[in-house]
Amino acid sequence: MTDQEEADASGSYYGRPIIKAPVWKHDITAYLFTGGLAAGSSLLAAGADLTGRPALRRGCRLTSLAALSASAAFLIHDLGRPSRFANMLRVFKPTSPMSMGTWILTAYGPLAGLAAVTELAGALPNGRLRGSGPATGRVAGLGAAALAPALATYTAVLLADTAVPAWHQAHRHLPFVFAGSALASGAGAALLVTPTSQTGPALHLAVAGTALELAAIHVLEHRLGLQSQAYRAPGPARLLRLSRGLGLAGVAAGIAGRRSRALSTLAGAALLAGSVCTRFGVYQAGLVSAADPAFTVLPQRKRLEASGEGG
Amino acid sequence: MTGFPLPCDPAAEAGYLDPPARVGFFTDTSICIGCKACEVACKEWNGVPTSGLELLGMSYDNTGSLGADTWRHVAFIEQKVPAQSAAGQDSVRWLMSSDVCKHCTHAACLDVCPTGSLLRTEFGTVVVQDDICNGCGACIPACPYGVIDQRHGSDGGKNVGLAQKCTLCYDRLGAGLEPACATACPTDSIQFGPLDELRQRAGDRVRTLHAAGVTDARLYGEDPGDGVGGTGSVFLLLDAPEVYGLPPDPVCATRDLGAMWKRAGVAGLAMAAVVVAAFARSAR
Repeated sequence: MTDQEEADASGSYYGRPIIKAPVWKHDITAYLFTGGLAAGSSLLAAGADLTGRPALRRGCRLTSLAALSASAAFLIHDLGRPSRFANMLRVFKPTSPMSMGTWILTAYGPLAGLAAVTELAGALPNGRLRGSGPATGRVAGLGAAALAPALATYTAVLLADTAVPAWHQAHRHLPFVFAGSALASGAGAALLVTPTSQTGPALHLAVAGTALELAAIHVLEHRLGLQSQAYRAPGPARLLRLSRGLGLAGVAAGIAGRRSRALSTLAGAALLAGSVCTRFGVYQAGLVSAADPAFTVLPQRKRLEASGEGG
Repeated sequence: MTGFPLPCDPAAEAGYLDPPARVGFFTDTSICIGCKACEVACKEWNGVPTSGLELLGMSYDNTGSLGADTWRHVAFIEQKVPAQSAAGQDSVRWLMSSDVCKHCTHAACLDVCPTGSLLRTEFGTVVVQDDICNGCGACIPACPYGVIDQRHGSDGGKNVGLAQKCTLCYDRLGAGLEPACATACPTDSIQFGPLDELRQRAGDRVRTLHAAGVTDARLYGEDPGDGVGGTGSVFLLLDAPEVYGLPPDPVCATRDLGAMWKRAGVAGLAMAAVVVAAFARSAR
């Protein structure tokens, strides 16, 4: 009788959850990934632009446009009333991570889109368009890159600024998980679409991003006391294990295959898949902690007892 | 410890000039008889759809919890009371409590709402504007009490897809009426009024009960120094809050929001630094 056991652990009402689990569909989890991918790609694209790596720049800009388009679709589809999406633009509200995210995306989207479009315009026969393309692309691309870190990390605040215990208690660490995951996925996409002659920075980024991501996940799994149990519960643990395996495999394949198209492709795919698993793993850990009242009640009771008010 | 300034008049803080007195509920569970008149009156007045006829198999409570279609929820708890003497028999005590939205002083649902649909009224209460909400779902996991939820149902049904919760009968308050649940409550377990007065009444009641030997009696939500700045719905409970399905020490998550944005900023800067380093290492 797991219900009874849970009820016993927390002394809570028939073992029922205290808080409501998020009602977000898979769209939001997928968006955590595509938003991070867009951000990582924009940063790489800006670096590639400034250091004269046109193939890397082009691949990353187009990736960010694709990821951005997917993000917008996921976000709108997740709404209970998609037709009212524009109501997000009624207010600018720093206390609402979703409001801030909306404005970050609203500023980032056109810039990343414009940078990508200049790549496509460069392929047109029209000389005039080709002439103004690089300068426009650089300005837009640098603008997108300046906003990219905010795009990649605000989603951590979106999850942490809730009553979901495994997310809220992780609020110091989640931004680093998402930052690392965004860099790793951006680097992965670059390895996938760029000739190996220009993937050097992407490879370095894959190593650093994966290291950051996995180190931060390790903290979630081991340093959050009771909340770490949510990250080590069967569902999330399987995804986070997969994320670790794919991340390490991606880095290894990338290093081994510096001159190999096939291995680089494999490395890129593994890094992307690893980032997806990270997002779904973190999300599921939140659901685990929301469903079991012990994650809510026990730390709160402890806090009261420590402050001498518990009885 | 709360990080919120004290005391706080939420209506004034929301920008109302000279707002009326903040109102709320005092739910005295020691005189609740579990009749569920509040649940029914709430649904009738507010046009809240039926939540279905489900037998939960755990007690006389077949409603389960607050939600989009349940704005008052009566909890039933059956407890074994051990015999007082060797010759005596074990007995049973029933705890009944009508739960409702807490209308927090610092309301996380309102803080995180990205459309401005969730609104602080001039009475200090928190309501969803049905014509603004786009069902983004941000408020739902933000609530430390699990009150607000998204309405499900067939497309085109009333407010389907939107976040829904108790309005403290905002429409009735404007007309000088009490909320439907308080009006229907046959024992005055649910009392409505200016919050200051209710807090005082609640304090008097708990002292009376203590004097009568009911030492388990305690107040819940009356402390403006707690993690949500005190609630607009104050409860008198006869056991620990979690026994009733209430969090023992709820915190409005946005209390830590400044620290969260800072951490996100640091992580964002780290991202930029890592990218710069990656290109520097690959300099040709």
